[in-house]
Parts: sequence; structure tokens; C-alpha cells
Amino acid sequence: MTAAIKVAGLVKQYRQARALDGVDLEIRQGEFFGLLGPNGAGKTTLINILAGLARPTQGSAHVMGFDVARDYAQSRRALGVVPQELVYDPFFTAREVLRVQSGYFGIRDNDDWIEHVLHNLGLTPHADKNMRALSGGMKRRVLVAQALVHKPPVIVLDEPTAGVDVDLRQTLWQFIRSLNEEGHTVVLTTHYLEEAETLCERIAMLKQGRLVALDSTRNLLARRHDHQARFRLDGEPPAALGLKRGQGICWQYGFKEYVELENLMAGLRAEGIKVLEMQLIEPDLEDVFTEIIQNA
Amino acid sequence: MTGFTTLLYKELLRFWKVAFQTILAPVVTAMLYLLIFSHVLEERVQVYPGVSYTTFLVPGLIMMSMLQNAFANSSSSLIQSKITGNIVFVLVAPLSYLEFFSAYLLAAVIRGMVVGIGVGLVTVWFTDLPLMHPFWLLAFTMLSTGILAALGIVAGMWAEKFDQLAAFQNFLIMPLTFLSGVFYSIHSLPPFWQATSHWNPVFYMIDGFRWGFFGHADVAPALSLLVVGVCFVAISGFTLLLLKRGYKLRH
Ligand SMILES: Nc1ncnc2c1ncn2[C@@H]1O[C@H](COP(=O)(O)OP(=O)(O)O)[C@@H](O)[C@H]1O
Ligand SMILES: [Mg+2]
Repeated sequence: MTAAIKVAGLVKQYRQARALDGVDLEIRQGEFFGLLGPNGAGKTTLINILAGLARPTQGSAHVMGFDVARDYAQSRRALGVVPQELVYDPFFTAREVLRVQSGYFGIRDNDDWIEHVLHNLGLTPHADKNMRALSGGMKRRVLVAQALVHKPPVIVLDEPTAGVDVDLRQTLWQFIRSLNEEGHTVVLTTHYLEEAETLCERIAMLKQGRLVALDSTRNLLARRHDHQARFRLDGEPPAALGLKRGQGICWQYGFKEYVELENLMAGLRAEGIKVLEMQLIEPDLEDVFTEIIQNA
Repeated sequence: MTGFTTLLYKELLRFWKVAFQTILAPVVTAMLYLLIFSHVLEERVQVYPGVSYTTFLVPGLIMMSMLQNAFANSSSSLIQSKITGNIVFVLVAPLSYLEFFSAYLLAAVIRGMVVGIGVGLVTVWFTDLPLMHPFWLLAFTMLSTGILAALGIVAGMWAEKFDQLAAFQNFLIMPLTFLSGVFYSIHSLPPFWQATSHWNPVFYMIDGFRWGFFGHADVAPALSLLVVGVCFVAISGFTLLLLKRGYKLRH
């Protein structure tokens, strides 16, 4: 099957910055894919190249098998992008904006689908208000709706939940998930790692324009096979037990097998130290992310 | 709707929604010019035999208003979209650069014509304007507003800030339109300025347009039409080239 997105040897050199430095990436149809990386890593640049908003210095990019430069009309029909910036046209109402956007894609009589999208994003009561009169969260919803007017098989969301209320996040993810279940490919960049962790099947991490990790979310999480326990004790344990001082009055202990925990407890009892509190910490994407980005 | 008709519709709606500024204001400005200049000069100047100064002035004013508004429409629409960022909605759509060009061009031409008709209608109260060659008038109107509309697209693409656009307008468009014989016949100028005026394409737009009304002109209308036509083709070609490259629109 054709890849939903395929980029090869992608380089983008701006006057000063090298935004992308040779990226190869393939995203399968139907995937829910996360694109992570610190600020300035090149995520938006990659998305802009897919959308035809920027042109690569080297390399190629395809959406649903269509070259973004040569077959731009087909590749743009296949792609819906929610831009990172909160942009809007102050001359129109939300509904007008969606009708106009449909027209740009050559779609007539799109009202049924427009109503469906408005409804699912909780926009129906605001549909006839001028864009200027909408709150930031509502404007963001219209941006999402605009990216969906032509029912694109591939949907790309560039930090759609940055600075957005919980309500929108929930509404948005519910709708995007249902689209994904219907077969749409979804690519997401976000700063909220728990969002990526719960939503995305596969994750790519970018740093300074290079791909530093690409794996399933489960494998990435498994990389941090260490467990951590945090203790509050009523005395100072001897260094031999391997406890490290954590934040404040806490002690931390890293281990691979739970048996090690038993040995530690036995050691503490032998020293006459009581455990006042104990907490197990499971690795999350945040740790993995920090580790990969730091070591890359 | 196709992509082109939608973009055209959006561009028309954009100026129509603020018609007070985009149509009424320029008509009022043209009126003021007419009142002041005709009041001061009516008795003193006669450019063509049997044509009063006010009557002489009207076609030039109509053309000047059309040119300025055609330019203003495409340039300000583009720069606003660029600065607010909503240009991306057009850029992510599967529109060809030819569709993009035609829609912005045609909307600007229509804005110019609507303003021109507005000025024309109001001046009916001041003077009796003959209408000798309506098809020539139409040809000069379309080509001339087309040139300024295309220039507006170029300026809108090039400018990154409003003051850069204002500079383009003040140092290029305004001098060219004012120094083109709107208010006088170039035959009344010293030889040097007469010769210089022949290098100004706007001179031919206004001279040819005036011929359409009176059947009188400074140069042969066919020559004017040729100059204006060639300019239109050249600036359109140049604009299309920039758009194809995505000049300052697609990084
Ligand atoms: N239009 C541009 N002109 C110049 N440099 C740019 C432009 N867009 C992005 N950059 C640079 O490219 C790098 C990657 O930026 P970006 O793709 O926005 O990163 P991210 O979205 O991951 O935060 C940054 O160093 C940024 O400054
Ligand atoms: Mg970004």
C-alpha cells in the first residue's frame, strides 16, 4: 500500500538555520502518528513542505504517493493541515470561511459535511459569528474544521492543543480519533507528551532537523526498563544500600527487577530504619523523550 | 464552484463588505478634485476645441481613480493576508498559480471598474460627456486596470510591511498617475517633459481613454492601445513568473 506520507533525504536550509538536515520518514495509511521534538526542531518546517508552504532545498516529499511539487493538486487534496499559528480571515463568519475553503478545493454543496464538522467540534452555536468575535479556542476549532472540509485522507495537526482549554482538547481528540478509526491517517505534533502517549501508535522524534528516534510508542516506553521507587525514611541509610538522595527529604532507588526491592527492604530492616512512605514511579514518555533528546 | 470562482468570489466579497472605504471614499475624492480644479481652471484653460476644461478633466479622473483602486485592491488584499497569515488557506489549496493570478487580477479590475462607474455617474451632474467609442473605452479600461492590478499583486508579494507597500504606492504609482496628463494635455508642457511623458505608460492609458469619449487625443489611439496592451502582457508575464516561483509566498 502507498505510504500516507513519505519523505526522503529532506533538507531545508533557511538563510541562517538548517531546519531539516536529511530526514527520511514513512507514515503508513491509517496510522495515528506523533511527531515530537523541542522548539525549533523542524516539525513545522516538515509540515510546511508537505503542504507546499515551503519548498525543500533537497530531497522529496510525497503525500498518498503524490509528489508535493509535481502533483501538487492531488497531494494537497489528500492533505489537511491545521497550522500552528492561530490565523483567521477577519472578513468572514465561521460558516462562510468553511464554504470558501470547500470552494478552493473545488467542492460544491458541501453543507452537509460542514454541518457535521461544525457539530462535532462544538461550533454550531458560533457558526454565524464573525471570526473576529470568536475566542482563541473557538478560532482554533475553526482552523481544525477548515483543514477537514475536503475530507482529506491525511490529517496533520501542528500543536493543535497549545494554549487551549481542556474542553477543546477532549472534543478535538474525540473527533480526531473517530476520523482515525474511519481510516484517516493522523499526524500530530504536540508539547503535551501524555497526549502523544495515549493517542499515537508510533512516534518520531526530531532534534535540530534530524530524526533521533522512530519507533512504536510501546517500544519507546519499554526502552526505559528501569523502575524507580521513592522513599521517606526515619533515618539516614548507609551508602552501600544504593539509595540516592532525591528531592527534599526523599530517597530514590532505581532497579530492574522487583526482587532487588526485597533485598533493599531487608537491608533497611537490618539497619533499623523504618519506611514512612513509599511510591513506585513508572517510566513515561516524558522520561524517554528527555533521555533521547539529551543523548542525541 | 471551482477554486478560481471561489477565490474571485472571496476577493469580491472582501471589498464589497467594506464598500464605504473601497468604493464610496474614492468616488468622493474624485469629486473633490473635480470641484476644485474645474472651479479654478474652467475659465482659463481650454485643451481641446469645443471641450470645456471640466469635461476634459472627467475622463482623466475616472481613469486615475480606476487605476489607483485596482492597484489598492490586489496589493492590500495580499499584504493583509500575508501579515495576518491567512494566505495559507489559499496556499494549501490545489489552486494553480494561473487561477491565483486570474482571481486576484479580475477582482481588482472589477473594483476599479465599479469605482470608475461611480465617478462617471456622479460627474453626469457636472458635465455632458460624449461617448464616441465605447468599445475602445472598455478595452482601455480592462487593460489599464489589469496592469495596475498585476502591479498590485507584485507589490503585495514583495512588501513585508504596510509601509513598504505605501512606499511603492507613493513613489511609483502616484507619480506615474499624476504625471500622465490627468489634469492637462501634455502639449501644454515644455518639450523635455513632453518627451518624458511618452515613457510613462499611464499617459497612454489616459490619452486613449479620453479618445474613447471625445475622439480627440494627443497620440494616435491605436498606438496607445498597442503600448497599453504590450505593458499588460509584459507585467502579467512577470507576475506569473513570480507566482510560479512562489516568490515570498512559499519559502
Ligand atoms: N521562514 C523561516 N525563515 C527562517 N528560518 C526559519 C523559518 N521557519 C523556520 N525557521 C527556522 O527553522 C528551524 C526549525 O523551525 P520549526 O520548523 O518552526 O521548528 P518547530 O516547529 O519544531 O518548533 C528554527 O531554527 C527556525 O528558526
Ligand atoms: Mg512548530
